[in-house]
Amino acid sequence: MGIEVVVEGLTKSFGSQTVWQDVTLTLPPGEVSVMLGPSGTGKTVFLKSVIGLLKPERGRVMVNGVDMVNSPERDVYEARKLFGLMFQDGALFGSMSLFDNIAFPLREHTKKKESEIRRVVMERMDMVGLLGAEGKLPGEISGGMRKRAGLARALVLDPQIILCDEPDSGLDPVRTAYISQLLIDLNAQLDATMLIVTHNIDIASTVPDNMGMLFRRRLVAFGPREVLLTSQEPVVAQFLGGHRAGPIGMSEEKDEATMALEERHGVTGSSSVPRAIEPQLEPTPGLPVRRAVLRRRERVLGLLDTLPPAARHAIESSFDRTGHVVAGQAAPAGRAGGGPS
Amino acid sequence: MTAPPLDPPLDPAPAPQPAAPPVRRPVPGLGALRETGRLFSLAVTTVGAMFRRPFQVRELIEQFWFIASVTILPAALVSIPFGAVIALQVGSLTQQLGAQSFTGGASVLAIIQQASPLIVALLIAGAGGSAICADLGSRKIREELDAMEVMGVSPVQRLVVPRVLAAMFVAVLLNGLVSVVGTLGGYFFNVIMQHGTPGAYLASFSALAQLPDLYISELKALIFGFIAGIVAAYRGLNPRGGPKGVGDAVNQSVVITFLLLFFVNMVLTGIYLQIVPAKGS
Repeated sequence: MGIEVVVEGLTKSFGSQTVWQDVTLTLPPGEVSVMLGPSGTGKTVFLKSVIGLLKPERGRVMVNGVDMVNSPERDVYEARKLFGLMFQDGALFGSMSLFDNIAFPLREHTKKKESEIRRVVMERMDMVGLLGAEGKLPGEISGGMRKRAGLARALVLDPQIILCDEPDSGLDPVRTAYISQLLIDLNAQLDATMLIVTHNIDIASTVPDNMGMLFRRRLVAFGPREVLLTSQEPVVAQFLGGHRAGPIGMSEEKDEATMALEERHGVTGSSSVPRAIEPQLEPTPGLPVRRAVLRRRERVLGLLDTLPPAARHAIESSFDRTGHVVAGQAAPAGRAGGGPS
Repeated sequence: MTAPPLDPPLDPAPAPQPAAPPVRRPVPGLGALRETGRLFSLAVTTVGAMFRRPFQVRELIEQFWFIASVTILPAALVSIPFGAVIALQVGSLTQQLGAQSFTGGASVLAIIQQASPLIVALLIAGAGGSAICADLGSRKIREELDAMEVMGVSPVQRLVVPRVLAAMFVAVLLNGLVSVVGTLGGYFFNVIMQHGTPGAYLASFSALAQLPDLYISELKALIFGFIAGIVAAYRGLNPRGGPKGVGDAVNQSVVITFLLLFFVNMVLTGIYLQIVPAKGS
C-alpha cells in the first residue's frame, strides 16, 4: 500500500518573489491525485519541494515520519528511495544507454545479480512499450520515448510514491490517452500513492481520485475529483473549460481593463451549463482491482457532509456506478482501449 | 517573503517588486563570503563522503585514466623548457656571483619544490578541472543530477569524490614525472649549453637538497590536486543559468583555482621554510 504524504503550510519563494504560500494538503495513501494550474504557477516547484530537491522556507512535508524539508540530509536520501519521479523531459543520463539508465537505481540500491536486473528492466521497458530500444542512447530517441524511459526508470524500484511532472507534454493525444491508461494500470498493480502535475484536461478529468489547483500563489482547492469538476469557482471553471473568459490571462493574472474589454467583445465561458463529469478510467481488464477505490469510498463518505451539494450529488451517482462495476466484475468493453472519450 | 532564503536564486539582486517597501541592500562582500563558505562546505562534505560506502571504484579508475591521459604529455612538454629556463637563469646569476658550483642544487630545488607542483596543478586545473566542471555543469542543467538525487544517490559521493580523488592521485604521480623530466632538462642545459661540470652539478645538489624537499613537493601536489578538483566540482555543481552559464563556470573554475593555488603555495612554502631547517644549518 502506498504511503500518505502530508504537506503542511508550505511556502516557497525565490528571493522576494513568492511562488506559493501556505499550501496544505494530504495525498491519501494509494490514491491518484492531480495538481492543476496554469503554466508558471509553480507546479514543478511544488513537485520538487515534495521530494526535497528544493527547500521551501516554511512548512513541512511528512513522508513515513521523515520531514523532506527539514530532516537531516541522510534521512531525506533514505526516504527518497520510496519515491519514483518522472521528470518533464525524462532527465536520463546522456552517457548511458536506455538499459543502463533504467538499471541505474537497481545497481545502486540493490545487490541483484545482472541476470535478475536484466529481467526487471526488460519487464519495465515492456510495460512502457520500449522493448527493442534498450541499446539506444537518450540522444538518439524521440521526446516521447525519453519520457517513457524516464517513467520506466522511476518504476524500477517499485516505489511507494510516484510523482509525474507533466506526463503529457510533448505527446500526441493518442499517446496521452495511453499514458493515462498506463498510470491507472500502474496504480492498480503497485497500489502506490501518485501525484501528477499537468495542465492537460483529459488527464485531469479521467485519471485522478483527487484534484488540486494552484493559482495566484496559493492552493485554490484540493479534494475529491468531483469537487473541482463541479466547482463554480471562476478560476477552476475557466481552467477546466479551457476558455478565455475568467480571471486567468495570458500573463498569469488578468487586469480589470482586459476583463471589461473581453466582456464587450462577447468572450464568455459556457459556465451556465453544468459540465458533465466523465467517468474515471478503470484498469485494463485482467489487472487487479484498484484497492484505492474502496479506501477512497470510505474516506469520501466520511467527508460527504462537508462538500458542496453539486459535488455530493456527483459523488453519490458515481458510487452507484462503480459499485455496479465492482459487483459485476466486468469493466465496460468500451473503456478497454483506454482512451478518454 | 520575510524568511531568509536558504537557497538564494540565480540573481542575488533584489527583484523589482512594488509590494516590498523595505529595500534590504545586500552587504558588500557578503556574496563572496557565502560562496567561500559553500566551497568549504563542499570540501568538507567530499572528504566525509570519501570514507562512506559504497566506494565508486569504477568511476575513480575511469576518471583517473581520463585526467592522466590529458595531462601527461603536456606536463612532460612543459617541464623540459621550464627546467631549462630555470637552469639558464640560475646559471647566469650564479656565474655573476661566482658561485657556479652551486647551480645544480639551486635549480633542482627550485624545480622540485616550486615549479613542479605548480606546473602539475595548472595542468590538472586547466586540462582535467575544466573537463570535470563542464561535465558536471551540463549534467546539472540537464537535470541529471536532480534525477540522481531523487533516486537517493548523492552526486557528491557518486561523481565528485571519484573525480577529486583522481585529481589528487594524478597530481602526486605527475609531480614525480615533472620533477624528473624538469631536472633532466635543467641538467642537460646546464651541462651542455652553459658548459657546467657534471660533477659540480651533482655535488651541489646533494649538498643542498634533502628528502623533506621531495616530501613537501608531493604534499603540495596532493593539496593542489584536491583544490583543483573541489573548485571544478563546486563551480560545475552550481552553474548560473543555461549552457552559457556552464561556459562561464568552467572559465571561473580555472581562474579561481589558479588564484587559490598561488596563495596556498605561498603559505605552504612559508610554513615549510619555518619548520624544516635547511640542510647543514
